[in-house]
Amino acid sequence: MSAAPRTIRFTLNGRTVAAEVAPQESLVTMLRDRFALYGARESCGQGLCGCCTVLVDGRAVSSCLALAALVDGRAVTTIEHLDADGTLDPVQQAFIEAGAFQCGFCTPGFVLMTRQLLEQHPDPGDDDIRHYLAGNLCRCGAYPEIVQAVKLAAAKRRGAAG
Amino acid sequence: MRAARQVGRSLPRLEARAKVTGRAEYIHNLQLPGMLYGKLVRSPIAHGTIRRIDAEAARAMAGVHAVITSAEVRQIIPSPYYGPAFHDQPILAIDKVRHIGEPVAAVLAADAAIAEAAAQLVTVEYDELPGIFDEVEAATSPVLVHEALKPAGTFADLKHLGGKRGTNVALEFRLRRGDVERAFAAAGQVFEHSFRSQPVMHTPLEPMVALAEATEASVTIHTASQSPSFVRIEIARLLGWPENRVRVRTAYLGGGFGAKLYIKLEALVTALALLARRPVKVSLTMEEQFYTITRHACTVRIKSAVDRDGRITARRCEVWWNGGAYADIGPRVTQKSGFTAAGPYDIENVAIDSVALYTNRPPAGALRGFGIPQLVWAYESHTDLIARALALDPVEFRRRNILREGRPQATGTVMRDAAIAAVLERLAQKLEWGRPFERGTGPVKRGRGIALGFKASISPTASVALVTIAADGSCAVQCGTVDMGQGSDTAMAQIAAEVLNLPAESVRIVHPDTDVTPYDMATLGSRSTFHMGNAVKRAAEDARDKLAALAAELGLPPGANVEIAELFRRRYGMQAGTIIGTASFLPSYAPPDLATGLTDNATPFWMVGATGVELEVDSETGRVRLLRLVTVADVGTPLNPRIVETQLSGAAIMQLGFTLLESMEFDRDGQLKNPSFADYKIPGLGDLPARIESETVAASQHSGPFGAKGVGESGTFGVSPAIANAIHDAVGVRLTSLPLTPEAIYRAIRAAAGDSLAEE
Repeated sequence: MSAAPRTIRFTLNGRTVAAEVAPQESLVTMLRDRFALYGARESCGQGLCGCCTVLVDGRAVSSCLALAALVDGRAVTTIEHLDADGTLDPVQQAFIEAGAFQCGFCTPGFVLMTRQLLEQHPDPGDDDIRHYLAGNLCRCGAYPEIVQAVKLAAAKRRGAAG
Repeated sequence: MRAARQVGRSLPRLEARAKVTGRAEYIHNLQLPGMLYGKLVRSPIAHGTIRRIDAEAARAMAGVHAVITSAEVRQIIPSPYYGPAFHDQPILAIDKVRHIGEPVAAVLAADAAIAEAAAQLVTVEYDELPGIFDEVEAATSPVLVHEALKPAGTFADLKHLGGKRGTNVALEFRLRRGDVERAFAAAGQVFEHSFRSQPVMHTPLEPMVALAEATEASVTIHTASQSPSFVRIEIARLLGWPENRVRVRTAYLGGGFGAKLYIKLEALVTALALLARRPVKVSLTMEEQFYTITRHACTVRIKSAVDRDGRITARRCEVWWNGGAYADIGPRVTQKSGFTAAGPYDIENVAIDSVALYTNRPPAGALRGFGIPQLVWAYESHTDLIARALALDPVEFRRRNILREGRPQATGTVMRDAAIAAVLERLAQKLEWGRPFERGTGPVKRGRGIALGFKASISPTASVALVTIAADGSCAVQCGTVDMGQGSDTAMAQIAAEVLNLPAESVRIVHPDTDVTPYDMATLGSRSTFHMGNAVKRAAEDARDKLAALAAELGLPPGANVEIAELFRRRYGMQAGTIIGTASFLPSYAPPDLATGLTDNATPFWMVGATGVELEVDSETGRVRLLRLVTVADVGTPLNPRIVETQLSGAAIMQLGFTLLESMEFDRDGQLKNPSFADYKIPGLGDLPARIESETVAASQHSGPFGAKGVGESGTFGVSPAIANAIHDAVGVRLTSLPLTPEAIYRAIRAAAGDSLAEE
């Protein structure tokens, strides 16, 4: 509180932006309070549930643990950017088709993590999926449908690539 | 033209796109101009009197708007005690604290970080008192949590407790059917066991949150609540205002599971907003949720008499519910679950004592099953032990004893539309129960188990709905059911669409807002599909009848194929007007006799759920690996089969956490040791059984909307005992206390081998 805020510049969902942030301000708080982006949500506050997942320079990050000041000069992508052209990402489409959520609070984190999974493993098996997404929690327990959605998304992406 | 059938379709959730894009509305997101954040100062002790609160340093901190204690709250709400069953819970502690984490003061600031830092500067001095933490000991302990009982007056069976002193017992439900003592005396064999359930927490991923804004004439509360109508009534009572000056609205909830029921943060934010004359938001952290509401820890003593033919002739159940420091809805859990504590069995002589107790633990309330999972844990573990002792197959033993259609249940209510036998048989079939089962090799042993539970719906409760048709023929449903992930928006749209011959996707659901949506008791206990579903169906029929009347008024012959928009144009001369269909639904109910607990009408419908488990136990480590988890349920006729299946497996997975992983651990002083996801582990993808299957049996709830009834809890019922029964089957040891950790299993294996490990 006492330490001075500083101005940072970074790329947010493809646009260059600036923000004045407090030293202790978390990335998820900055996205919510200064950019009205609500898709990343603080839930457990300890980086253990995945609800606050965003991409920093293309890598998934728990934004409740990342300091806002540290994204200075970097590129941040949130769930809101995935359908920027009005079309859902194949992963989002697959989550709808597989019914892979109930309350939806954890869904943006799962979608972003699934995209990263599929970039590394284009055709993941059950064990790959369970292992890779083990850090994302869904209290509604839509896990069986999430596994289906990941496989469906993988098939969609392969189809699009082919 | 007739649209395709709308009920029975596996339509994706109406809000699916908003949820996958992160744009769905939650109260979590809401910010208002001029808003202050409230952060709470909580009690670090479980029981004590407050000697002094020193808030000077916090008040002096730059950016702090105010520090509020009960003294300020009482200036605007003279009797600031709330609760659905008892008016026992103060908005902020008054003179005394009764559990770890109880809110004592609130700090307000425009910057949440400042409010949080200032809250650390408030010092409170306490005189510590001895605490009472165990539910069985609380029944006779000289340590009293409350000086006198303060029933809310809304429940007839609690009224007589008003002003009662010298007790921690908040409610005693008693059921007496036949003569258990005589049956025990005459019995061939008698079995008696005790079982314990641990305290656990709902942990909705959207932590509890509420925001209030007040004017001189009204207050608006935006809250992640499962019961907006109840919040309005309770806030109006506290303020002494008419209901129409209190507006309560919700959005999508990021999970509820019973945590967000009745009244939680709403009275607090209302008081803070009135005092500050600014909007106030209170968002709990995950840690704070553990201090706010929990699921009842519970001890069950159960005793059964069995005759030579393997028929259960008598059963006595004694149940102690650890309600924590404030009653919340615990007394209702105690009574309603008490109806079925003896299990889904046809037993001539039954005695049930189900007791709600105050202790110095955080309050306990409803959690997905309203007490039923704790009872099924006991009676289905017990049932399995009896079958083993009698050398009877567990399916066969149940087959001989289950309640069948048309037979009276323990309360005397006759079973109707409860497919208990069909559920049991289908489960056995899916598990191929009659076939030899692979037992594993070496230290890894395999086992399988089943369990069967049932539940009465909470009653009597009312739902009111509006179905409006705009001048272009488009339809909106206004109802107070809260979509917290269970898919109620989609189900209600399907019901209205079916009646009005529209595609369900075109129906708009107006989210609960007490200025706009009529009364609904609450979204709880799997009641909404049945109660609100019936209300929406009737309201849609009312709208349809009014459209037909309009057509007749316009001189059209019955069945004339004229578009709705054209009816409005002819009637009003332009695109104008509204048709409003409305209906309320209140099923009949007969309260149980206070002395015997008997009633011929305990519930408007029954929920039935069974679980089958196949697992491996590593006898050298106690580690359990679930190979297969099968859920079979009677949900009537599913309105949306895909969502129903997700509800069943989701409920089973949640209960899997309560069975194998989760436990709120308290030390001797009542201090909670693990209020975070780092130390309190909920199931993730890595904890899932290799195979999960969920299925409904062909059934119809004849009084339900299009044959449907509730589904949200049925998948939880059998999970814990099915796993314990399978562990017993695998390694020959019986666990009677949850959770079933590797350590507990390993200790039991060693003890069974006559080589017990030392206690910690």
